[in-house]
Amino acid sequence: MKKLFEFKTKTIVATGLGAALFMLMFMYIKIPTGIPETEIQTAYGVGAFFAALFGPIAGGLIAFIGHALADSLQYGSVWWSWVVASGVTCFGIGLIYPKLRVEEGEFSMKDMIIYNVWQVICNAFAWILVAPILDIVVYSEPTNLVFTQGAVATVWNSIAAGVIGTLLLMIYAKTRSKKGSLMKED
Amino acid sequence: MKNKLFDYIERDNVIYNLSGLTKLICFIFLTFSVMFSYDIRVILGVMIFSIVIFKASELQFSQIRLMVFYVILFLSMNFLLTYLFSPQYGVEIYGTAHELFRINSRYTVTQEQLLYQVTKILKYASVVPLGMIFLLTTNPSEFAASINRIGLSYKGAYAFSLTLRYFPDMIRNYHDIALAQQSRGLDLSKKEKITVRVKNIMNICVPLIFSTLDRIELISNAMDLRGFGKKKKRTWYAAKSLGKPDAAAMVISGLIFAVSLGVTFFVNHSRFWNPFI
Repeated sequence: MKKLFEFKTKTIVATGLGAALFMLMFMYIKIPTGIPETEIQTAYGVGAFFAALFGPIAGGLIAFIGHALADSLQYGSVWWSWVVASGVTCFGIGLIYPKLRVEEGEFSMKDMIIYNVWQVICNAFAWILVAPILDIVVYSEPTNLVFTQGAVATVWNSIAAGVIGTLLLMIYAKTRSKKGSLMKED
Repeated sequence: MKNKLFDYIERDNVIYNLSGLTKLICFIFLTFSVMFSYDIRVILGVMIFSIVIFKASELQFSQIRLMVFYVILFLSMNFLLTYLFSPQYGVEIYGTAHELFRINSRYTVTQEQLLYQVTKILKYASVVPLGMIFLLTTNPSEFAASINRIGLSYKGAYAFSLTLRYFPDMIRNYHDIALAQQSRGLDLSKKEKITVRVKNIMNICVPLIFSTLDRIELISNAMDLRGFGKKKKRTWYAAKSLGKPDAAAMVISGLIFAVSLGVTFFVNHSRFWNPFI
């Protein structure tokens, strides 16, 4: 049985390396959308993938640490409201981790639908609710600006988590041997 | 694709010799004092202070040139968007309207809006030197020790130090895989169509991600075999002991934070300084 909030050595290492990967993709691997400053962040695909594999604690910390470090590296300071929202997204996605059995080589159509519906809900919660509200409370940004930004971010991040996350989960499931795939010879 | 975070060069001056813990605490105090205040006087004060510290730390401008470029880009974008979306937000906040000139009925330029937006820009710009000082003058191995010592669980702190440790490796791996794939004919340049380019980039990321997964397995086994995480506490090789300069630095930044809070609560009675009434 997978425990939801377990923090064993593997989770720690996955958090550390996952955050490094998130940071790298967050800074360098973006897909331009034609509108400046709103690229599709492939990092959210990786964050969602790690969250689904290693659980909410790892997922949340990966996005939080990765985003905070990437921000401070590029801008010298951290936009905390969005960093928190990133963490919330991947923490949320990680909550379905006990339901998935990807490391046993299983990722059925049903799993895929559950994963995608859930990640859209998490993204919407984080980017339409958490990020704009924190923007207003912490930074006193104008309301209509932050909610527009939030809506745009929801769309792009759901696409990233949906397309890239699903693809990675599918590929990963294929590399794992299925449980019970070995049979005793008569 | 050069990363500047980790070109940590040991130097001997006041700022470098402070312990990582002190720098983290000061950084938190100072960022919080500008985060909640919208008083341009407080913000300018912190900004001057942080520039002085920056000079004292003997960091070179060339180390931060790229960051400064990004910051300017980001801030001007934010400035423009804020004005496009809420040209009258300043009036709403300060409650008066001193019009300077008028573009059309929605887009008028008021002193209030200018004050709001300039304050906002300074608010972000003033913490930039602080972040850079913290990042560039602290030995990366000391980061984890300092976040553990302000009370976070050492397991979390260890995850953070793993991130710092493996980020340069990750970049090197990405580079190697990218070169290998390009030598097999994958085009990443602007000559290729965007959809193909996206697919090609994914062809680099997938091996990178999966080799990372293997590595996670390897490292966590090695750590388990050495008995990581068996005890409630751990010590840090890189942790520096605290001295008099550390105490002084913490008191100074604590005072600045107190002044900022004092101005908010007792002088302005709100987060905004209102010179218009």
